Amino acid sequence: MTRHLLSAADLSFGDATLILDTADELARLSDRPVKKLPTLRGRTVVNLFFEDSTRTRISFEAAAKRLSADVINFSAKGSSVSKGESLKDTALTLEAMGADAVVIRHGASGAPHTLAHSGWIGGSIVNAGDGTHEHPTQALLDAFTMRKHLTTLEGRKVVVVGDVLHSRVARSNVLLLATLGADVTLVAPPTLLPVGIDSWPCAYSYDLDSSLAGADAVMMLRVQQERMNAAFFPSVREYSRRYGLDGDRMARLPDHSIVMHPGPMNRGLEITAEVADSERAVIVEQVTNGVSVRMAVLYLLLGGSDSALSGAE
Amino acid sequence: MSASAPARRYLIKGASILGGESHDLLLADGLIAAIGSAAGDGADSGTETLDAFGLVALPGLVDLHTHLREPGREDAETVASGSAAAAVGGFTAVHAMANTDPVADTAGVVEQVWHLGRRAGLCDVYPVGAVTVGLGGSELAELGAMAESAARVRIFSDDGKCVSDAVLMRRALEYVKAFDGVVAQHAQEPRLTEGAQMNEGTVSGVLGLRGWPAVAEESIIARDVLLAGHVGSRLHVCHVSTAGSVEILRWAKGKGIDVTAEVTPHHLFLTDELVRSYDPRYKVNPPLRTQDDVDALRRGLADGTIDAVATDHAPHSLEDKDCEWAAAAMGMVGLETAVGVVASAMVETGLLDWAEVADRMSVRPAQIGRLKGQGRPIAAGEPANLVLIDSATRYTVDPTTMLSRSRNTPYAGAELAARPVATFLRGRLTAREGEVEA
Repeated sequence: MTRHLLSAADLSFGDATLILDTADELARLSDRPVKKLPTLRGRTVVNLFFEDSTRTRISFEAAAKRLSADVINFSAKGSSVSKGESLKDTALTLEAMGADAVVIRHGASGAPHTLAHSGWIGGSIVNAGDGTHEHPTQALLDAFTMRKHLTTLEGRKVVVVGDVLHSRVARSNVLLLATLGADVTLVAPPTLLPVGIDSWPCAYSYDLDSSLAGADAVMMLRVQQERMNAAFFPSVREYSRRYGLDGDRMARLPDHSIVMHPGPMNRGLEITAEVADSERAVIVEQVTNGVSVRMAVLYLLLGGSDSALSGAE
Repeated sequence: MSASAPARRYLIKGASILGGESHDLLLADGLIAAIGSAAGDGADSGTETLDAFGLVALPGLVDLHTHLREPGREDAETVASGSAAAAVGGFTAVHAMANTDPVADTAGVVEQVWHLGRRAGLCDVYPVGAVTVGLGGSELAELGAMAESAARVRIFSDDGKCVSDAVLMRRALEYVKAFDGVVAQHAQEPRLTEGAQMNEGTVSGVLGLRGWPAVAEESIIARDVLLAGHVGSRLHVCHVSTAGSVEILRWAKGKGIDVTAEVTPHHLFLTDELVRSYDPRYKVNPPLRTQDDVDALRRGLADGTIDAVATDHAPHSLEDKDCEWAAAAMGMVGLETAVGVVASAMVETGLLDWAEVADRMSVRPAQIGRLKGQGRPIAAGEPANLVLIDSATRYTVDPTTMLSRSRNTPYAGAELAARPVATFLRGRLTAREGEVEA
């Protein structure tokens, strides 16, 4: 394992498989009455969130606490960061407090990379979403969820639909799924696919209907409010008609295929309520799996080499 | 500028003139007093002899594009510190861009910068005047007043910002004809580059950084060469960075349009692949482009489509670079590494010989800026503006030895192919071996 988790591209097939297998072991904890392991007792995990993200933060917080780590939540709002403190000074402060791992969410692409390579801080850095760059633990939890339902990712067809241009979830998923052997197709209007997409390890299409045939998993991406009036597409209704997943489209999917969404959903926009609440939707399960995967990441980054469950009775 | 001390004479022994034949040069009274065997005859007991065997002698370099940050950001650079960096970099004249605080958009500010340059006395500092008031892009600054001021401004630019309004650009192009001025355009279509962080291409897609597409530069250059042709004006294009821009310039020159262009050393040498490090030292505007662009820029400079190398020396304080990419300022220092980078990118590769380097870094920039006494031939009777360059030993860039107040160089630790070792401004030694002469 690497010391930091900055990009899904950092993970080899072996690394990714180890994380997913470890998460599998840890997931069994949730079936127990006491959901806590002593593994990271005495270690400090800082959740450094420069952007609001209650979901991701509480997922990391739950993960760290179930491993008995001390958790410090550092939110940019209401902290010295909002008074203009630099990333550097924040990092030096955390270093002085002895953070063993820093989970960072930042609006600037590359901020976790900068933190990891600056020499400002010695602990492990976990990218919890940076700008429009990557969100590797989301990709890991997505892969974990798919692997559970589809037994393997090797040769499985995964369709990712929506605002790829601005999506850190899409970037990390494409990289990780390629490593794990899945065939990924990105579907979006041409305005929401980045220049240079031809060099990505995946296919892409402008047409949702033709892409859904034979899909083992369909992942719908959130349409951000700020894209809606910036000429990326003519109207929300047109987007929904052309790229939204509704009951009719879902009905054409193979019986075994699953529907995913990283949340939070715009019901009625990229996904209809009918689909979101259907049997195929594994969206709530993704949240559950997020905790297990993040436990595995923290455990492995902070030096766990034995079985993850050692120390549990 | 202290005229009191008696001017020292210098006998430069065995310098390779423009990289060609070696001759002795005698510098006296601000001029190249003699060349060849006559040089030694003119030496007297007060003459300092410099051994220049193996060194290349070029006319003092002329930079069309620097940011000296004074007034306003003296923490990053001053006219004096920038002049020192210029002198050790082999420059005898630099143009200081107008995006200071206050903006150099009046005769008062350009005269202040001009006086600061005279006081520093290490190279000739020519202020560039803003095209529009406060670089606001909406009303013309008093271009005529700046032209007639003591600073004698001939280059006008909103550099840092594009004169994007087509009508305003047309008027500016027309107006400066009255005093043989030129508008130097920072070609960047603003709407296409809102929030842009790096070149738009494969790398920006992977890194999730908002792209600065080549077309945002090329579309403005295309519009401007057509405008310049239409009104019969002279146009200069700042820091050309894309292969497409070179094609447009080649076309425009073929049509007889009076356009000139500059390229920076970094656009001749570095690519956007470096941004994968998210190291803000590589953040610059226009952004680093692809290898195809670098190759086209090198060819364009070699065949004369691009007239000049200009550094776009852009000092920034440490705190403006010691941060995450998005928060970092755009720009890199360049005065002290320009010769080395050009030697590595153009001379070592066989694309330019030293005479052509002199043309692109001294002769043509002096013509574009309408500077008298700069960019002149190395001949008896000419002003003694000279640089001696060691192109025989490679040197490693060490930012801690730089004289600029800022250290935001992308070349730290890089090995470059040449280094200026002595600079003369009108016969006075201004810099030697990386240090300025008091």
